[in-house]
Amino acid sequence: MMNRFVLSACLVLLFGVSVSAGAEQAKVVSVNQFVEHPALDSVLRGFQDQLREEGFQVDYRVHNAQANMATANLIAQQIVGERPDLVLAIATPSAQAMAQTVKKNPSMQKTPILFSAVTDPLGAGLVKDLQNPGENITGTSDLTPMDQHLALIREFHPEMTSLGVIYNSGEANSRALVDLLKVETNKAGIKLEEATVARSSDVFQAARSLVGRAQAVYVPTDNTVVSAFEALAKVCQDNKLPLYAADVDSVPRGAVAALGFDYYEHGRQAGAMAARIFRGADPATTPVETQQELELHINLPAAQAMGVTIPQALLDRAGKILE
Amino acid sequence: MTWYALLGAVEQGLVYGIMVLGVYLTFRVLNFPDLTVDGSLPLGAAVCAVAITSGIDPFLSLFLAMFAGFLAGMVTGFLNTKLGILHLLASILTMIALYSINIRVMSGPNVSLLGRDTILDPLMGLGLPGYLSSIVLFSFIGAAIVIFLIWFLHTEFGQTMLATGDNPRMITSQGVNTHSVIIIGVGLSNAMVAFSGALIAQNQGAADVNMGVGTIVAGLASVIVGETVFGRGGIMRAVIAALLGSILYRLAIAMALSMKLGAFSFTPSDLNLITALLVVLALTAPKIKARFFS
Repeated sequence: MMNRFVLSACLVLLFGVSVSAGAEQAKVVSVNQFVEHPALDSVLRGFQDQLREEGFQVDYRVHNAQANMATANLIAQQIVGERPDLVLAIATPSAQAMAQTVKKNPSMQKTPILFSAVTDPLGAGLVKDLQNPGENITGTSDLTPMDQHLALIREFHPEMTSLGVIYNSGEANSRALVDLLKVETNKAGIKLEEATVARSSDVFQAARSLVGRAQAVYVPTDNTVVSAFEALAKVCQDNKLPLYAADVDSVPRGAVAALGFDYYEHGRQAGAMAARIFRGADPATTPVETQQELELHINLPAAQAMGVTIPQALLDRAGKILE
Repeated sequence: MTWYALLGAVEQGLVYGIMVLGVYLTFRVLNFPDLTVDGSLPLGAAVCAVAITSGIDPFLSLFLAMFAGFLAGMVTGFLNTKLGILHLLASILTMIALYSINIRVMSGPNVSLLGRDTILDPLMGLGLPGYLSSIVLFSFIGAAIVIFLIWFLHTEFGQTMLATGDNPRMITSQGVNTHSVIIIGVGLSNAMVAFSGALIAQNQGAADVNMGVGTIVAGLASVIVGETVFGRGGIMRAVIAALLGSILYRLAIAMALSMKLGAFSFTPSDLNLITALLVVLALTAPKIKARFFS
């Protein structure tokens, strides 16, 4: 038994002495990303591109929790030991794990922490005030302007009386978004038909449940549904049910249109924030930002397959049209 | 691996270790593979978080969580024994039902505890940094539960549980009602899992409906790693091995996270693969050793 113990202790040491040393003048940025996912990966890419363009040499320590909360917390502890100049936490669970680590490790109380791809930073307990975060945590929120999204769909379908929405009721972000959407549809006198899923494999069935109930379908920035977007697009095509998304990455995957939440731009915005902090800005007084520049993307083949005629005004406004 | 990462892994190992002790009780003692834990861990977290946010004392909240977990486990036991549903399926049914129930309990998928008083605050108030107070506290709680479990398994009821897992036919012929033993046993196991979930929520600053994903994998892997490294002879040794196995399992993941080997470098997405390989290594180590060193 002793031998085994010694053996495992040796293994610990062997793998332990492996942290690579970066160039001395380079900034160290540790990344706690919750899950590997095209939109979240884009956030990181945008962040890195922005910092590079602003002339910062950065040594990245990227960790991915593979959608496991225990791992996200383990990563948070790992990051404390990396003594980074700044931490980027991508998605709500990772941001919460980092926030708790700050509370528990006095050495982290001076390290700026930026969150990204968090829809409801107040509800998640990350900041006490969006304008004045107060501590070392601030970031960019991917809260989408729901009023503009609904207005866009109504431009495509002026006669619409019922809108379907499909989301994972277990995602805090999605729940917050659908609550906002409900406020907007109520105002417009449109009936909101909800279909909820618990995992990606439920998307196909949930999409079919909307056929006949809704005249169009909207997908918020929901990790579960977006990862199975093709299944949803197929159901909508087969039933001539127009499909709209909240992020432009879903347009080439089969949505008729999206008023562009671009996660790459979202990442760049967080990168610009990081650059300001490196130049001396205080996170405590740096307000939480949401994306302002929205771009309209339209997918013509998808529109045709779902029986949508696109008003000329929208075609003129589109930033990108897929033929 | 840095000092903080090491401490972090020990902390995670201890706090999830209480869940592992619960899994040990069903998996090894009762011979009942119980997937309820993927749902009862977040249930404990949810109950505890809601209790704390509505003003109930953080310590008292732990017991409410434990009670909720006990009920959830009893449901699985009931489905299995009284309704005759296969144990694996019975536990899956309870697990998926708990997903919806947990969202109901929290009236949403996530309850934040950031900025709330938790059981860690009294210790941190004494001047101990947070990352150490959690280790001190969880060692204490882990030791208490290990002692309770060893005592419990030596009581008459505990011995009946061991016999029920070993040979249900024999124990039935001796006039013991295995149904109630299984219902209470699975209930007790899930009470421990929910207790663990409640501690995790207080430690990580939030309860989330998805935090249970993979609990059973971690639980079984920890039990097996513990057995492989520390042996499984005798109740006392097996129970302690389960808790230590949990720490080794988290250390293995922490190692995988900080691994960089020469020109070939792992990407973050390799983490699950590396974790699986480490567990396979733990499982096969005794056989390899027997083949080459005997």
